[in-house]
Amino acid sequence: MLARRILLRLLQAVPTLIGVAVLVFVLLRVVPGDPVAMMIPPGASADDVVRLHALYGLDRPIFWQFLVWAGQAARGSFGISISLHQGVAGLIASRLPATLELVLLAATIAIVLGVALAVIGTRFAGGGGEAAVDAASGFALAVPDFVWGLGFILIFGVLWPVLPISGRADPMHALDLATGFTLIESLLRLRLVVAGEVLAHMAMPATALALPLAAMIARVLKSSLAEQMGQDYVLIARVKGFSRARVILVEALRNAALPTVSLTGVQVTFLVGGTVLIERLFSYPGIGNLAIDAVINRDLPLIQGLILTFAVLFILINLALDLSYAALDPRLRHG
Amino acid sequence: MASSVLPARLLGNWRVALGGGLLLLLLLAAVFAPAVAPYDPLDQDLAAQLAPPDWRFGADAHALGTDSLGRDVLSRLIWGSRVALTVAVVAGVLTALLGTALGLAAGFFGGVVDAAISRLVDVWSSFPPVLLSIILVALLGTGLWSVVIAIVVIDWTRFCRVVRAETLKQRRMDYVTAATVAGLTPRAILWREVLPNLLPLTLVLLTLEMGIAVVVEAILSFVGLSISSDAPSWGGMIAEGRSIVHEAPWVLAGAMLVLLATVLGFNLLGDGLKAELDPVLR
Repeated sequence: MLARRILLRLLQAVPTLIGVAVLVFVLLRVVPGDPVAMMIPPGASADDVVRLHALYGLDRPIFWQFLVWAGQAARGSFGISISLHQGVAGLIASRLPATLELVLLAATIAIVLGVALAVIGTRFAGGGGEAAVDAASGFALAVPDFVWGLGFILIFGVLWPVLPISGRADPMHALDLATGFTLIESLLRLRLVVAGEVLAHMAMPATALALPLAAMIARVLKSSLAEQMGQDYVLIARVKGFSRARVILVEALRNAALPTVSLTGVQVTFLVGGTVLIERLFSYPGIGNLAIDAVINRDLPLIQGLILTFAVLFILINLALDLSYAALDPRLRHG
Repeated sequence: MASSVLPARLLGNWRVALGGGLLLLLLLAAVFAPAVAPYDPLDQDLAAQLAPPDWRFGADAHALGTDSLGRDVLSRLIWGSRVALTVAVVAGVLTALLGTALGLAAGFFGGVVDAAISRLVDVWSSFPPVLLSIILVALLGTGLWSVVIAIVVIDWTRFCRVVRAETLKQRRMDYVTAATVAGLTPRAILWREVLPNLLPLTLVLLTLEMGIAVVVEAILSFVGLSISSDAPSWGGMIAEGRSIVHEAPWVLAGAMLVLLATVLGFNLLGDGLKAELDPVLR
C-alpha cells in the first residue's frame, strides 16, 4: 500500500521534472550572453570561436540541442561543464553529499532548538521564562541566515577564533573515507577525530541556517502547545499529580506536533535553497556553491543539471513530508 | 495607549520610535552622503591600505579603517546606504503595487480570477527565494534593475496572500453591503471603500518588505550579481571583507553591523506599526 503510494507520487513527479527541464533549457538559451565567451583566450580567431560553439553544440537550433541533451540525460549523462571541463553528473554527485549533510545537520539543530524553546516557554508560561523565549525567537527570526553567518564568522572565526570559517575539513588531512557523506560515514565508523573535525567546520554554517527556522518552530509549536494545555486531558493529568513538564513532554507535545511538522517540511525546502548562499559564505564545497560559480560563468550544462538536482530534492522532500503527515494523523492514513 | 491621536500614539511605541530612528539616521546618511562622508568612497590611498580603525579626530584619520585598496570604510558605508535604500524603496513599492493589485482582484472578484491567482501564488511561493533570485538575475543579467525585478517577481506573493484574505474579510462586512445597496458600482466600492481599509496592512507589509529588499540586494552584490564591485555597496564590502577577514576584520564588521541595524530597523518599525495600526483595522 505504502510502496504503491510512493511509486505513484514519483511517477506524478516525472512530468513536473520534464517541464522544469524544458523551461530552464529554453530560458537559458534565449537570454543574451555567450557561454563560451569566458573561455575564449585573448587573440583567438573568429574560426576558433565558431569551433568552440560547434564543440558544445551551441550552433544548432534550441530544439535540436534539447533533444541531444535529453538523449544524454536519459542515459545518465548531463553533458560536460563548460567552465570546469568535467562531466556534470560526476561534479554534482561529488558535491551533493556535502550539501545533504549540511541540510540534515541544520534541520536537526533547528528542530532540537525550536522544540526545546517551545517546551521551556510553555513550562514557564506567563513568567520570565516565556518572555525570554519570545524575545529570543523574535530576534532569531528577524535576522536572516546570511547575517547570522556573517556574525558567526566575526565572533567565532576572528574575535574568538575557535571554529574554522571555510571548507568542510582541513585540506592538509587525508580523510580516507569511501563515500562523500563525510560526517555520517566517520560517525558510523567511529572515527571520532575525523567526525569532530567535520562537525567543527559545519557548526557555523549549519547553525546560521538553523536559527531562523528554530525560531519559527518555537513560535508555531508554542502556540499549539498553549492550545493543548487548555484541554481537559491535560487538566486530568495534572489533577492525577503528573508534573507540568511531564504532561507537556509526554501528552501535549504529540498532539501539538502536526502544524509544526507541516511548517518544518515546507521550511526544509527553503533550507535547501538557503544552503546556496551559506555555502558561498563559508566556502563550503556543496552544490550551492557550485551553482553560484555556474551562474557567474554562464555554464549552461552545469546550471541545467543543478536546477534539476534541486527540483528532484524538493520533490523528494515533499514526498517525505506527505508520508510523515500520514504517520502522525490517523485521519490522513485512510484518506 | 495613553493618547488617541495616531501620530502621538505611534511615537509612543518604543518599536516604532527605535526602528524609525535607526532608519531616519540611515536616510539622512544616504541623502547627505557627499556632505557627511569624510572621504570620496572611490578614493584609493595606497599608502594606507588595511589601516585599522582610528578614533583620533585627526585630519586624515579613518574612523572605521580602510580596505585593501586604502578606501575609507566609513565613507563607503555611507555611500552604500544609497544603493540599499534605493533598492528598498523602489523594489518595496513595486512589489507592494503588484501584490496588492493581484490580491485585491482575487479577493474581490473571486471565482476564476481568485482560483487562477491563488494557484499561481501557491506554485510561486513553493520555490526557495534565494535560489530563485540567483537564477533570475543570471537570466536577466547583472545590475541594479535586475535585482529590483528579481525582488518584485519573487516577493509579490507576500502581499497578494495577505491582501486577498483581508479583502475577502472586508467584502463580507456591512459597509460593503450598504454601499452596494446605495448603488455604488463594484469598482467604486473597491477603490473608495475597500482599498482605504487595506492601507494600514499594506503599509506594515511594505515596511517588512523593504528590510527584505535590503538583504536581497546585499546578498546579490555579495555573490557578485548586483552592481559592479567598485561602486560602494554593503554586499560588495561584505564580499571583500570576507576575503580579508583575518587581515582587516573591520571591513566585514562595519558592513555587517550596518546591514544588521537596517534589517532590525525595518523589522522593529513593521512590528510596531502592526501593533498600533491593528485596532484601527478593527
